[in-house]
Amino acid sequence: MLQKSDVIHQYLRPKKAFPNVWCPGCGIGIVMGSLVRAIDKLQIARDDITLVSGIGCSSRLPVYLDFNTLHTTHGRALAFATGVKLAKPKMKVIVITGDGDCLAIGGNHFIHAARRNIDITTILINNMIYGMTGGQFSPTTPSESFATTSPYGNKENQFDIPKLAIAAGASYVARGTVYHVTQLDELITEAITKRGFSVVEAFSNCHTYYGRLNRAGDAVKMIDDMKKNVIPLKAAAKMPPEKLEGKMLTGVFADVEKDEYCDRYDQLIESLKGK
Amino acid sequence: MADVRLLQGNEAVVEGAMLGGLTFFAGYPITPSTEVAEGLARKLPKVGGKFIQMEDEIASMAAIIGAACTGAKTMTATSGPGFSLMQENIGYAYIAEVPCVIVNVQRGGPSTGLPTKVAQADTMQARWGTHGDYVAIALAPQSVEETIMLTIRAMNLSEEYRTPVILLMDEVLGHMREKVVMPEPGTFKVVNRTKPTVPANWYKHFEITPSFKSPMASFGDGYRFHVTGLTHNEEGFPTSESKKIHDKLFKLQNKIMRYVDDICEIETDGMEDAHVAVVAYGNVARAAKQAIQMARHRRMKVGQVRPITIWPTHDKKYHEIFSSKSLEVIIVAELNQGQYVTEIERVAPKHVKVVSLARFDSELITPDQILNKIKEVR
Ligand SMILES: Cc1ncc(C[n+]2csc(CCOP(=O)(O)OP(=O)(O)O)c2C)c(N)n1
Ligand code: SF4
Repeated sequence: MLQKSDVIHQYLRPKKAFPNVWCPGCGIGIVMGSLVRAIDKLQIARDDITLVSGIGCSSRLPVYLDFNTLHTTHGRALAFATGVKLAKPKMKVIVITGDGDCLAIGGNHFIHAARRNIDITTILINNMIYGMTGGQFSPTTPSESFATTSPYGNKENQFDIPKLAIAAGASYVARGTVYHVTQLDELITEAITKRGFSVVEAFSNCHTYYGRLNRAGDAVKMIDDMKKNVIPLKAAAKMPPEKLEGKMLTGVFADVEKDEYCDRYDQLIESLKGK
Repeated sequence: MADVRLLQGNEAVVEGAMLGGLTFFAGYPITPSTEVAEGLARKLPKVGGKFIQMEDEIASMAAIIGAACTGAKTMTATSGPGFSLMQENIGYAYIAEVPCVIVNVQRGGPSTGLPTKVAQADTMQARWGTHGDYVAIALAPQSVEETIMLTIRAMNLSEEYRTPVILLMDEVLGHMREKVVMPEPGTFKVVNRTKPTVPANWYKHFEITPSFKSPMASFGDGYRFHVTGLTHNEEGFPTSESKKIHDKLFKLQNKIMRYVDDICEIETDGMEDAHVAVVAYGNVARAAKQAIQMARHRRMKVGQVRPITIWPTHDKKYHEIFSSKSLEVIIVAELNQGQYVTEIERVAPKHVKVVSLARFDSELITPDQILNKIKEVR
């Protein structure tokens, strides 16, 4: 059997020079590994996969991988991806986005893609901050946390990503972390397999900004803390609410069957034939 | 027998789009352009094409770029406020060399302005709307019939030059009904982008060739390339090397400017011995034509210049058009506070006076108004 890292090497672009743009220890690379292993496991032809991303550290992921790759404008990845998918429904379309990209500037596209239930897999790398622009607060920065634009503590509230995605109409919603890699591989595999709009929140570390500004430690400490702060959904179901205070739940939040948008459009085309 | 119809300008866009081979439209409703979306929502699925109403104009522009990357022929349609929202992604289509057509049925502005009234106040936004250096292609039809042909031409130019092309209409043209003789299939050109023939490992999605034209593969064709709005090398990978940056921006500029002879259409009449020239585009050109006829009845020597391609500017052609020794004054008539006049000032000979006839009260410029201006300057 191949080692985990060997699988990644098979999917790296031969012509794209390294080093990559990420800080040493950044969790985005771990998400890239999970994505590659999921695709490899599913044995989807590379030509049939399009990765679409917006702008941010997380959105730099597609450039390294040997697929069709579309690095777009800030916040708009899902809107570009909607065009790719509707124009070519047999393409597997996977969006790589950050918490700022997807939920702040791109929040409207996110809820509408979910509402349409278009068959796109969204991997939302949540590091609770704007990494690329140097540590400003995002829609998932915890209340009272520090960021360069919340020097006295963040006075806003966080989005709950799974709740938002479910309420907007997503078919599959899950959360994993860059510590729990095996689980993350599985969640991404399931999300890609799902016909409909699927979301995997991949909780990640930005030690460079979030860690430093909040004294949360270096990459190793931040990733290690994920182990301590996480409770799987199944275990949480049996625990009293006070024990869940301040904890992060992981696992599959929703997995439902509903009609997919491109399928419905194809049925429309079929029904209009000869009319 | 000829197919004669009574069509609205916006319906003419729909007809032109279907004749030109449109396969994908994304848009967001806005007066006075909405009939374009409504028409295509009805027609596209009947021929296996795709129509989608997006959540806003930013998303509409994004969706057509995404679709174009898979090989679709794409279009969106909007008016002022939506055109403003599209600007960032129009720049994306330009740097990422993605063919697509943006129809802007202009209303009065700024802001929400005059949703149901006419203006030509986005002339400069079409040229300079997105940030960074940019060379726009924009066409301005004057009639419903011409709208059909220029819609096809806009699609052709975008495919030929791998760049966004803007069709600049206005409220009156969009909503006015006129008799149209439908073009017979086979009597007009339909251009489809050139596809690569080289093996995948030789292919460069942004190749800089001597002609500056380069073939374009689609996602799924087996080439697996990278597309980005970051300034990139020929492979599509971000670059910070000054030579590569220069080469890319130089290519973008010259892949259009080297072909102005093909891209730029300017119609002229009676310029050989004219003392006065009237420059007007879009619907104003029709008033200009009538005014010039009236002036000629009064034995005044007046010529007409009608830019059909309003961007880019074909400097050399304008120098020729304005080269007659008899020419003394150029009037630029337009429905804004004087936008294109600055461009005409740039290309007019030094000794010729350029004056602006600007109307921005939401009414059309009348032939009488132009005639009066001709009398005044003569
Ligand atoms: C229209 C626009 N506004 C602002 C920016 C600047 N910008 C670049 S990345 C970014 C935030 C990225 O944050 P996130 O999506 O959380 O990604 P991360 O870098 O943390 O992975 C911002 C604001 C931009 N590129 N475009
Ligand atoms: S700034 Fe933060 S998110 Fe960006 S690469 Fe560094 S650690 Fe990762």
